Amino acid sequence: MTGLILLLLYVALFVGAMLLVGLATRGRKRRDFTALKTVTFGDESAVRPNRAASVISVVVIFLLWGAFTGSSLVPVHVPGPFTGDTSFTYTARNAGGAEDEATVFLRVFPLGEQPPEIEAEPGEGFARNDAAMIAAYRSELVRADRNDEGEDVEVVAVEGQPIAPGVTVAFADGEVTMTPRGSLNVSPARGLQMEEIWLPSPESVVAALVDIATNGFQNVPLWEHLFYSLMRVLVGFAIGAAVGIPLGYAMGLNDWFRGWFDPIVEFMRPVPPLALIPLVIIWFGIWETGKIVLLFLAALWIMAIAARAGVSGVNITKVHAAYSLGASKAQILRHVIIPNSLPEIFTGARVAMGVCWGTVVAAELVAAQKGVGMMIIAASKFQSTDVVLMGIILIGIIGFGIDILMRKAENWLVPWKGRS
Amino acid sequence: MTGLTIDDVSMRFDLPSGSFVQALKNVSLDLRAGELMSVLGPSGCGKTTLLNIVAGFLAPTGGEVVLNGHRVTGPDAERGMVFQQGALFEWMSVRENVEFGPRMKGTPVAERRATADRLLQITGLGDFKDKAIYELSGGMQQRVALARCLANDPDVILMDEPLGALDALTREKMQGLVLKLWKETGKTIILITHSVEEALLLGERLLVMAPRPGRIHREYRLPFAEMGVNQDLREVKKHPDFGKRREEILSMIWEMEEEIMGRTESA
Repeated sequence: MTGLILLLLYVALFVGAMLLVGLATRGRKRRDFTALKTVTFGDESAVRPNRAASVISVVVIFLLWGAFTGSSLVPVHVPGPFTGDTSFTYTARNAGGAEDEATVFLRVFPLGEQPPEIEAEPGEGFARNDAAMIAAYRSELVRADRNDEGEDVEVVAVEGQPIAPGVTVAFADGEVTMTPRGSLNVSPARGLQMEEIWLPSPESVVAALVDIATNGFQNVPLWEHLFYSLMRVLVGFAIGAAVGIPLGYAMGLNDWFRGWFDPIVEFMRPVPPLALIPLVIIWFGIWETGKIVLLFLAALWIMAIAARAGVSGVNITKVHAAYSLGASKAQILRHVIIPNSLPEIFTGARVAMGVCWGTVVAAELVAAQKGVGMMIIAASKFQSTDVVLMGIILIGIIGFGIDILMRKAENWLVPWKGRS
Repeated sequence: MTGLTIDDVSMRFDLPSGSFVQALKNVSLDLRAGELMSVLGPSGCGKTTLLNIVAGFLAPTGGEVVLNGHRVTGPDAERGMVFQQGALFEWMSVRENVEFGPRMKGTPVAERRATADRLLQITGLGDFKDKAIYELSGGMQQRVALARCLANDPDVILMDEPLGALDALTREKMQGLVLKLWKETGKTIILITHSVEEALLLGERLLVMAPRPGRIHREYRLPFAEMGVNQDLREVKKHPDFGKRREEILSMIWEMEEEIMGRTESA
């Protein structure tokens, strides 16, 4: 239910923002060359990201996150769970057939607080008033007939509406369901906000970050968790590249290597590294060796295929030209094939880095003492959803950062890419 | 003996279907050192195959190529190539491209730098030494290719449609440059082209080849290259003989093309 409302709200914000920004910028023309193009639909180069849309998109995510978690950083909220004092009436019937009405007073308090107990006057008649304490988001069983006078008193109605086992009746601030044994299960209104354990508010995620950054997680500082994950990725990737790239070159340059390794590479390429985790654990154990072997395998095939593609992408006229200029085979490899394959290798390295980063987190989920993946899984076992969310955000930021660094390195080392 | 001899060269490609293509049949040719020869012919006449055999990239199925008394068995720095495009090394600057040949031979830095500077000056690229290849226009890239080939000081220069990808104006300028370099360096040059005018201008000798099987159809000895060394190429083109030759060769190639069309239609 909440999910559906969230989705509808999101779509409404998307459309609303589009219309509003469109209205606000109407009549304002782009002054670049694209503005002169009459054909833009179907011309991919004429499509530029609308920066306003990007900003609003991020803002909307934070707004919705805050609004649905009751964050103090966000001015508007969806209705939260009911807290405070409320009551509902019930009608009891005794063995003699007489009916009497009484009230159940409820005090609903935020989880974790210790408010004073609520008192109830007994009231008049054989049906006596009751009182109950309920934490927000929880429900409580109330045996309304427990203190009523006389034998065989049973509850027949709530808020004037007849009730029987399995029937639910709504009152002002929640609903009451009768259990098969005749108790009343009282659930105060939950509202639309998420419970902290489902989705922590932005400030509790920030608080978790600050807490873990200063105090560490399970006696290990945050930077050490991150460092271990990164170190595994870098070492695994480096070994994978150190073996895979020469292997790819050999496959691109020699019949025997091509024939020998083709079936292996083509078979291993579609096997997701995650599927290898059990085998790698059995063979190499759950500690560093196993993880680095796994990442090595994740990077190896990608890099081998990239290097092979790099060799086959060499324009034969360049090779011919180099031979005609007197280059030897070793010189052709060093001065023509390797530089010419760099763009492909960089593309492969970016893919491999992404796969390695994903694989390390998954591997740490299985077994580790340090690492972001381990932090997430350990936090989830203690139901610290805020730490889980913080870990996910850190993983995203680091993965994104790695890709940006790779792209920068590519621009610096392969400036001719796509320009020949 | 000096010079290039193409002795009864044949090239046959066997197809997987069992049939074969006779790309070249019994081609024989003698080129003295310092001669400039252009090769012309309809597509499929084996011009490029012949050039690749002389360059040593292909081994002929019959006959042999002999340069300065020894047989050609593979590519070598004595036979330089200039390709239509895409043969420059984008990861090197203009100067590094030109220095490539001497560098592979282990020529000292100062010496090869001087060679490169001199050739870049001659080809009009003095101000572009440190540019990247992709920053140059197509015409400039071909100048780099010429300079790179000359830096290696080959005996024979083989050009495979070197000006084919250039626009008409740049092309005319480059034709003048090729003539100038030929005269100044005295290299033996074989130049393949699709343009009849270019073949007339850039050939002391002009070879017209015919297809199926690829063979030499006719050979001309022409005065235009020698004339073009000292005067504007547009003046040379105004020469009455030039127009006459052009028409003659054009109609010869047209006939060949039509014959091919007729043969494919009847087949």
